Amino acid sequence: MTTATTPRQPRYLLDNERVLAPLFMTPAVLYIIALVGFPFVLSIVLSLTDATVGNPTYDFVGLETFRRILFDDPVFRTALWNTFVFAVIANVLVVVLAKALAMVLVSDFRGKWFVRFLVLLPWTAPVSLATITWLWTLDSIFSPIDWVLRSVGLLDGNIIWLGKQNLAMSSVIAVHTWRIVPLAAVIMMAGLTSIPQEIRDASEVDGAGFWRKLFQITIPLMAPIIAVAALFGLILTITDMSVVFVLTRGGPTHGTQVLSTWAFFKGIEGGSLGQGAAIALFLFPVLVAVAALILRMARRREVL
Amino acid sequence: MAVVEVRGIRKMFGDVPAVDGVDLRTEEGEFLVLLGPSGCGKTTLLRMIAGLETPSDGEVFIGGESVNGLPPRIRKIAMVFQSYALYPHMTVFRNIAFPLKAEGLDRDEQREKVEWAAGLLDITRLLERRPRQLSGGERQRVALARALVREPDVFLLDEPLSNLDAKLRAAARDDLLEFQRRVATTTIYVTHDQVEAMGMGDRIAVMNHGKVHQFGTPEHVYNDPADTFVATFLGSPPMNLLHKGKYVVGFRPEQFLPESVANDGGATTGFTYHVNRVEYLGAERYLYGHVRGFDEETKVIAMLPVTVQVPITTDQDHRFAVASDKVRYFLTETGERVDPEMLQAPLRP
Amino acid sequence: MAQAVRTIEMERRSAKRRRVTGRFALYAIAASAGFLAAFPFLWAIITMFKEDQDLYVKANNPFWFNKAPTLEHVRFLLFDTNFLTFVRNTVIVGFAVVLVTLAISLPAAYALARLGMKWGERMGIGIFLVYLIPPTLLFIPLSRVVADLRLQESLWSLIIVYPTITIPISMWLLMGFFKSIPRDIEEQAMVDGYSRIGAVTRTVVPLVFPGIVAVVVFAFTLSAHEFIYALTFNKASAVKTIATGVPTELVRGDVFFWQSLQAAAVLVAVPIALAFNFFLDKFITGFTMGAVKG
Repeated sequence: MTTATTPRQPRYLLDNERVLAPLFMTPAVLYIIALVGFPFVLSIVLSLTDATVGNPTYDFVGLETFRRILFDDPVFRTALWNTFVFAVIANVLVVVLAKALAMVLVSDFRGKWFVRFLVLLPWTAPVSLATITWLWTLDSIFSPIDWVLRSVGLLDGNIIWLGKQNLAMSSVIAVHTWRIVPLAAVIMMAGLTSIPQEIRDASEVDGAGFWRKLFQITIPLMAPIIAVAALFGLILTITDMSVVFVLTRGGPTHGTQVLSTWAFFKGIEGGSLGQGAAIALFLFPVLVAVAALILRMARRREVL
Repeated sequence: MAVVEVRGIRKMFGDVPAVDGVDLRTEEGEFLVLLGPSGCGKTTLLRMIAGLETPSDGEVFIGGESVNGLPPRIRKIAMVFQSYALYPHMTVFRNIAFPLKAEGLDRDEQREKVEWAAGLLDITRLLERRPRQLSGGERQRVALARALVREPDVFLLDEPLSNLDAKLRAAARDDLLEFQRRVATTTIYVTHDQVEAMGMGDRIAVMNHGKVHQFGTPEHVYNDPADTFVATFLGSPPMNLLHKGKYVVGFRPEQFLPESVANDGGATTGFTYHVNRVEYLGAERYLYGHVRGFDEETKVIAMLPVTVQVPITTDQDHRFAVASDKVRYFLTETGERVDPEMLQAPLRP
Repeated sequence: MAQAVRTIEMERRSAKRRRVTGRFALYAIAASAGFLAAFPFLWAIITMFKEDQDLYVKANNPFWFNKAPTLEHVRFLLFDTNFLTFVRNTVIVGFAVVLVTLAISLPAAYALARLGMKWGERMGIGIFLVYLIPPTLLFIPLSRVVADLRLQESLWSLIIVYPTITIPISMWLLMGFFKSIPRDIEEQAMVDGYSRIGAVTRTVVPLVFPGIVAVVVFAFTLSAHEFIYALTFNKASAVKTIATGVPTELVRGDVFFWQSLQAAAVLVAVPIALAFNFFLDKFITGFTMGAVKG
């Protein structure tokens, strides 16, 4: 009896789940395929060609582009190393600071709403504008940090935060950490509040002190969500170019260049599409690994 | 008003049949109860009648016409969900008027009908409230009013009383039944509560594992269960079943009486009953034990009304009996009931 | 006896002391975290009202108005720069992105949450993964796509591309909200005489309104946040958004108009942060709802 499953009249088609579901999904899927899937493939194609903006003929050169950026481009190697240093240091800082911040933000105190607003400001403000305020804060002459150091007698003249290789790198790392800590703290807050009250009560009754509770109960129970926060932070540090772009533009002399900014300068400003795409794609295997890790962690913890 | 009929209806969820070939037909204005344990397919059957679920096979007729493939809105039905599914963002008035709006009635007609339905269910004073401000009983009435207002051909009710507390439930049962009698609309009522089923249904369809085991009046289903499932699902405590070779002997706890009391003229079937424990429940005594000559593991319960004063001592054998015409026999293999005449050998212990 | 009483009294006192220390530490950390987080903005707020002669004197206390505060630089920002154009562009892009995002993600989220598709869950995860693909990976090929579509140097490029970021996350968010609405509600509406789409728009959509608001805020703030695509596609001042216009355009040659720059950062960042902050709880609930009931 096949009539049982098929609507008899076309005007009832939209009541049928089997018609409605694909209909509802299609626009989203098409959109994503057209503007994420296709560009991604195009990015791979570009990286295998020597295309430039002036000559977008897509001549296939195989892995030549990759060979060139790896061996003939010292800036690329600096950028790769910087990206690595940058991601690792920033994320260690992010995890530690975000954990502390999350623990503060879940407790009750007066003015909590306002503190939360202030603390989230670095993340919720548009990144380029937030970085602009730092650009001024780290100004080579009028930095208020220098002024304070001068007033207490620790400094003579100026530090020139963004003018020297190591200082510039530290500044970039600090600003990034400053920006991502709030997000990581929010993720961890969700983890903290999900620890059952009974467990916290039990440890209280058992007479565990603050540090014992922290290291033997909170941190082990939160380990997966800490990992999720760290991995999100990792993705953000590896891929974001706004901070470097606004703060140092990769300088001084490529000292703070990271892969994403270098891809931009090469591919967009320099017009070497193929090379830019290859540099950007270098991030992809790392990202896949990180995303896979996130998913595994999240599934196990059932947070996503 | 209409007759609802399902023919050979089946619903598969993956490889699992939720409803496995059901044929049923209501009478005009009948109160039909689908009774069964949770997961027996009764709600799925109701949802297929409503058009919320597409049958894998078989046909649904409402008022003599096949409604297969028609969405719920065309079927002239009203449904009350277990949760009442009141629209939380609308007032009671707008909740009740919602189906009327779908029909395109103008404002005055809507108001008139909402007030009529609200009056019938005595909820006129609640019209401007929101669902979350209502008690469970009031919500149920609102849901009924919303069902009533379109004057449907059929009411479909999915465990509408299960969210009420026990006290409220008895009163709501009366109200619901009185209301159904008054509007005399064919009603299909899903429940897992045998008390509701027995008390409300004109006829009961007892379901398990997607199949209808028996379909009949409450008396019929209770007294002459079609098989051992129906026998044990209905009645509290359930029918005692004693296994003996190819057959199962069954009798209701309230028919199982001391021999001196049971003998009121007709033929009786006697048993030696070893009583382990006695429970006083005020209006009756429950005896727990087993019957000699049958498996000792098979618990047998007797329910003596307070009018039976015979003293019963525990850990002792007593002579008990059941009026012979109240004993039921089933096949061990299939669980189906068989006529006593068909028995190959007398089962007198 | 007296001994025991004293011990308990001592315990009580030390417990109190510890509690007081704990509270003190809590407030100290909260206050310093707030200060550190907000510090550059605080300084920006002071800067934006300063006279040049006050600001550009190295010896002057930068946290103090050595000359009377002035609104001149805010006026300069608003009327003598393209700032208002950037604001207008951002608002236009924001609204358009919100519309595209809702139009596409609402039905898709509903389909994923409700319409029993076997591959629904896998698809949901797949779409969430799309969110993890960063703009840095796609801006080069997208610059080609945008150029081929002749959309560069126009707001359309951003309106078309931003939804690739907002749709995945909005779908995930809305899916959680949809799942939190009992199925009974829309089935009831279907029995009450509405078509499936009618039932959803009349009963479910009003009930997920908080989720829709969250999506609106998210999509809108993204348009103000996004930097890389905006930088890549649009180079002309007339089609820049706040995020790219402020850091690249409010500089004349080598001259930084620091007060005006800081004013722009503060005027935009603070309201956006407020809106975001206000809806943060909604985002979190949405995400966990998608998870718990998934």
